[in-house]
Amino acid sequence: MFCEKAIELIRELQRMGDGQLPAFNEDGIRQVLEEMKALYQQNQSDVNEAKTEGRNELIPTIKFRHCCLIRNQRCITAYLYDRLLRIRALRWEYGSVLPTAIRFHMCAEELEWFNQYKKSLATYMRSLGGEEGLDITQDVKPPKSLYIEVRCLKDHGEFEIDDGTIILLKKNSQHFLPRWKCEQLIRQGVLEHVVS
Amino acid sequence: MSDAFSEASDLSADDSQDVMTPAELIAKLEEAWLNEKFSPELLESKSEIVECVMEQLTHMEENLQRVRKGDVKASVHRMEIDRIRFVLSSYLRSRLQKIEKFFPHVLEKEKSRAVGDPSFLSPQEFAFAKEYLANTETYLKAVALKHMPPNLQTVDMLKAVPEPCLDSFVFLRVKERQENILVEPEMDEQREYVIDLEEGSQHLIRYRAIAPLVASGAVQLI
Repeated sequence: MFCEKAIELIRELQRMGDGQLPAFNEDGIRQVLEEMKALYQQNQSDVNEAKTEGRNELIPTIKFRHCCLIRNQRCITAYLYDRLLRIRALRWEYGSVLPTAIRFHMCAEELEWFNQYKKSLATYMRSLGGEEGLDITQDVKPPKSLYIEVRCLKDHGEFEIDDGTIILLKKNSQHFLPRWKCEQLIRQGVLEHVVS
Repeated sequence: MSDAFSEASDLSADDSQDVMTPAELIAKLEEAWLNEKFSPELLESKSEIVECVMEQLTHMEENLQRVRKGDVKASVHRMEIDRIRFVLSSYLRSRLQKIEKFFPHVLEKEKSRAVGDPSFLSPQEFAFAKEYLANTETYLKAVALKHMPPNLQTVDMLKAVPEPCLDSFVFLRVKERQENILVEPEMDEQREYVIDLEEGSQHLIRYRAIAPLVASGAVQLI
């Protein structure tokens, strides 16, 4: 049956659930594109035949193939676009540097898109207000208190806080830090908010 | 919140040139923030509020530098700054999310806007939206579209990307009394569907029916 490969691509994304990025299915895309090519060629020759020899009974078949082509196109773009949305969400979650495991699942063009998106977002944030701009990927949750208790989940090295003090983030050490400094680290999984 | 803020602004010297007091400014920001958060479509851009608030934040940060260490007042102000920055970021974030979600429609609306009408996008947001569109189109083209048959190499973004759903329901509080609001503006038979909105009352209604009132500031989404 036509279009089955394309549906399979969509299903693959749906099965992964929200926010997860499966490996880029280059093979699947290629198969759909090949199917489209074949359909298009068949249609071309049938159209010629229908025109020159007046074989009107071919027209329904041509129409059917055309619908399959459109459907394939739609499924592929939906697949690609949905992946872009997931990649976009990653920028907000992990910051501008993605973990290698995730980069591994992206194709070269997706990386290119991500870099471009990163750039656009950075330009936008820099243009806000004063010289430094405003990082709107911070302050995601309403602030409840100034300082929070955090525990280090992995070695992160030295970390400078606002007043210039440098602290060493070592695995399993516990710190009392300004919330606005550690939000990103918490999302990256370096720190854990200790709720007492 | 606004109390502590105006207190904080006592520290800053030159806010007298503003027509609005800082408390009013923050109230305006909160209003814009809630409206933006709950409306299904992108609202008019309020760049002047954003700029004023940014300026205030910078002032407050500067003043905080002068306060000596360990002062209790400092941490109160610090907290205040954090809260304002959260509201501001959240406001800009929800705008950006809508721009990304509906980018072809947002750009279309901006293009068809008459000269002199208020803009829906700030210049920066407009630049961002254009880049986002170009980037996404280039990407789709490079990966798949250019390998497709010649008649299928373009995608109409306006058709492909969903439009904001204006028929979704929103909660609102009335700030100025309104009369004769049509609940079903697109129906011919109107008489039975006219309501009055009393000041201070709260309603659950379709967004489409009250969209102009949100824009004029007569109602507040909650």
